Amino acid sequence: MSRELSPPAPPRWRNPRAEPAAVRWVLVALALAFLAFFLLLPLGVVFARGLEKGLAAYRAAVSEPYALAAVRLTLQVAALVVPANLLFGLAAAWAVTRFEFRGKNLLVTLIDAPFSVSPVIAGLLFVLLFGAQGLFGPWLMERGVRILFSLPGIALVTAFVTMPLVARQLIPLMQAQGSDEEQAALTLGATPWQMFLRVSLPKVRWGLLYGVVLCNARAMGEFGAVSVVSGHIRGKTNTLPLHVEILYNEYQFQAAFAVATLLALLGLTTLAAQALLDWQARRRGGAGPGRA
Amino acid sequence: MGARRRRGPLPGFGLSLGFTLSYLGALVLLPFAALVLRAASLTPARFWELVSAPRAVAAFQLSFGAALAAAAVNLLFGLLVAWVLERYRFPGRRLVDGLVDLPFALPTAVAGIALTALYDERGWIGAALAPLGIQVAYTRLGVAVALVFIGLPFVVRTVQPVLRDLEPALEEAAASLGAARWQTVRRVVLPELLPAAGTGVVLALARGLGEYGSVIFIAGNLPGLTEIAPLLIMIRLEEYDIAGATAIAATFLAASLLLLFAVNLLSWRQGRKAAVG
Repeated sequence: MSRELSPPAPPRWRNPRAEPAAVRWVLVALALAFLAFFLLLPLGVVFARGLEKGLAAYRAAVSEPYALAAVRLTLQVAALVVPANLLFGLAAAWAVTRFEFRGKNLLVTLIDAPFSVSPVIAGLLFVLLFGAQGLFGPWLMERGVRILFSLPGIALVTAFVTMPLVARQLIPLMQAQGSDEEQAALTLGATPWQMFLRVSLPKVRWGLLYGVVLCNARAMGEFGAVSVVSGHIRGKTNTLPLHVEILYNEYQFQAAFAVATLLALLGLTTLAAQALLDWQARRRGGAGPGRA
Repeated sequence: MGARRRRGPLPGFGLSLGFTLSYLGALVLLPFAALVLRAASLTPARFWELVSAPRAVAAFQLSFGAALAAAAVNLLFGLLVAWVLERYRFPGRRLVDGLVDLPFALPTAVAGIALTALYDERGWIGAALAPLGIQVAYTRLGVAVALVFIGLPFVVRTVQPVLRDLEPALEEAAASLGAARWQTVRRVVLPELLPAAGTGVVLALARGLGEYGSVIFIAGNLPGLTEIAPLLIMIRLEEYDIAGATAIAATFLAASLLLLFAVNLLSWRQGRKAAVG
């Protein structure tokens, strides 16, 4: 990370951009105290409570059949949603950054729209489409197609909630990179797909991976929207976050926190991957992928 | 696609835009159309009755109040954290910098039960606050605390790059013209940061207004008191009151978008004033 270093002040010369040492200390202490209260303690308490009854109880909670079924469903949802949003992100970024057309700003606004919609409202939208009183509900029910309270519904709402994540990483990156290399490849006789696979994709690979990592974390951890459409059927439509909620509401606190550690580890792995990709992208020159 | 219809030298316009529009249409436009249709099927009198019920109004007030309060805290501490991370060296700085994104990566349900466990009267923080007569868990304060957690990364991450790219000459000039350090920071540096901070506040607000998972555990969820709007929508759905859920959701969504637009406008104006003044 190429960050500005505040130069150490040589004796008798005061750096005009530095504050007195006392002020520096107070500010650092304040910031760290705030972050400790809001980041470290919540993270710590998850592991402390999950392990409070020892390793055996921890292992029992995370390897119990309902927990395993929740892990499997969560992985299935991510396996459906992440590739779909990856394709969408690539297509949207290509269209938006490589061509001029009317309504482009509106399109970009629409891509961001899911960020301003409460997850619960996202769930409601799909109930209004596929529920018993929904637009397509009765028609689908006659044909025996089930969307709500099953995997397709969970995957659909999760795809909605995580839709912007890959596209938002790629659009600024591809905008900044421009298309000179692509045009050179075409001039040299590459077919469009050769150009895309061998020039365009490698150019954005770190940003792309960054978006995928983020999309995956959010897809596996989505709670509100999934809660609306899942029906909470144990062993069938319970994802990991919903399993945590059920255990917690049944006062099985240690088990709830034990399962929650799995999700906390997912979050920590995501942060580590982000840091790694950030570092990779900066090392290879050019701006690193944007954060958050 | 024939060369005749090509827009510029690159291929794939039809394919990429076609896929993008179909995906957006199916996943975003169609569901929104369903919401608008359903909301429009209610008579205005019935709609008003549903959204002006005391329980709904209280939920709106709590959701907006807590999100605004949390965004204000995050504006202040976001600026502080960004400043400390960019300007000072201290051991563990890189680690702390990486951890700032935790609220974005940690599933919200986990955040919810973790914060509740901390602020419950038997929890690490709650037990320390109880003798002082401060109760956080199961109160409105608890809702705000959860939203501070959820919104924490946004201001930090929008301000950091601006602070990093700020011309050192700007501050040096102010100092050489005799400005005290705090004057330089307040009159020269801060105005440069405000537009980015405003963007961060909008993002934090958008997230906080709709947040559900991290709030419902710590909120206590008493109707009219500690019940947020998304939870009320959830409860209406569980009662199969689709009309009630739709009316509250449509109103809440419209109000949220209006607020986000207003804050965006405000921060844009601030940015322009800073650029001119």
